[in-house]
Amino acid sequence: MNGDDDLSALVWGFLGISLLSVGGGVAALPEMHRLVVETHGWMDDLAFSKRYALAQAAPGPNVMVVGLFGWHVAGVTGMFAAMLAMCGPTSILAYAFCRLRGHLGGSVAMRVFERGMVPIAVGLIAASGLLLAQGAAFGGGEAAFGAGGAPLAITISIGSTVFVWRSRLSPLWVLGVGAVLGAAFLR
Amino acid sequence: MQPSNRDLFLTYLQIGLTSFGGVNAWARHVLVERRGWLTEQEYAETLGIGQVLPGPNALNTAIGVGVRFGGAMGAIACALGLFAGPMALLAGLAAMYDAYGQLPLVRATLTGIAAAAAGMVLGTAIKMGVKLKPTLPLLAVGLAALALALLRAPLPFVVLGLAPFGLAAAWWAIRR
Repeated sequence: MNGDDDLSALVWGFLGISLLSVGGGVAALPEMHRLVVETHGWMDDLAFSKRYALAQAAPGPNVMVVGLFGWHVAGVTGMFAAMLAMCGPTSILAYAFCRLRGHLGGSVAMRVFERGMVPIAVGLIAASGLLLAQGAAFGGGEAAFGAGGAPLAITISIGSTVFVWRSRLSPLWVLGVGAVLGAAFLR
Repeated sequence: MQPSNRDLFLTYLQIGLTSFGGVNAWARHVLVERRGWLTEQEYAETLGIGQVLPGPNALNTAIGVGVRFGGAMGAIACALGLFAGPMALLAGLAAMYDAYGQLPLVRATLTGIAAAAAGMVLGTAIKMGVKLKPTLPLLAVGLAALALALLRAPLPFVVLGLAPFGLAAAWWAIRR
């Protein structure tokens, strides 16, 4: 395997994704899945979902998961390269926009833009959730866990969806409960 | 009160290191309630712009806050503060994952967290969707984005293809 080719594919891939990631890092997860799992085969479905879990279990922006994908492909260099590709150009764009806008905040054009783009972002985020749930339940192949593993993983996902949707408690609770249930029953 | 670039860096360092489960709620808490640098409305506007622009929401918002108080240097201070802590932590976590990730107990625990984190994303999407109270056309645009993404349509097609419909639906909703 050629390391330089992987590193440049990583950088170009995340650069492209970042410029269209309306709705933030999570909305772009399906596209990251295409890059990391489908196109380059750097990891399987379950590994993809686990990287996301690892990033969620740590503090910081959701986009940190990109650093973990980079780490997997090319170590520390990959981590920084992927994060820079994902964050650099859009940061400059954000800076330029914040400088230029003055008080565009309440204008009609801005409101139309916000209201029109947000549903697309929400739809993409929902798709990300379903993709991650599928990865957690089926992504490791049949050998991932014994009988009953996939139904339990699906049950955890559904329970967590309802909890986060209906309650105002910290989402850390569902991660903790998921960890305990996984440790107890998914071995 | 006018924070210095040092204040901005230290405050975002704190936000980065404490923000379990997503930055935006924590950033609001610290910037609006604890420091009082922004009003609720000002934060909501800055966040709104951060969400509409491409790129990580939390980072775009941090840049907006930085520009407001410290120009270019302020933006850099906020961005570096936001990432410094989590990057160091995550490098440690990744190294530990490489070393211990295949142990059965670790694998099982992480799979459990992965299933829960997936539900967290889905629950957040539902919560956001309900809170928006979308009109029928806006709802259709959101569902179309969901369906296209699940059918694995490439992101550029989804975003650029649906944007005209989203904007038209929003224009119609606001004009009414």
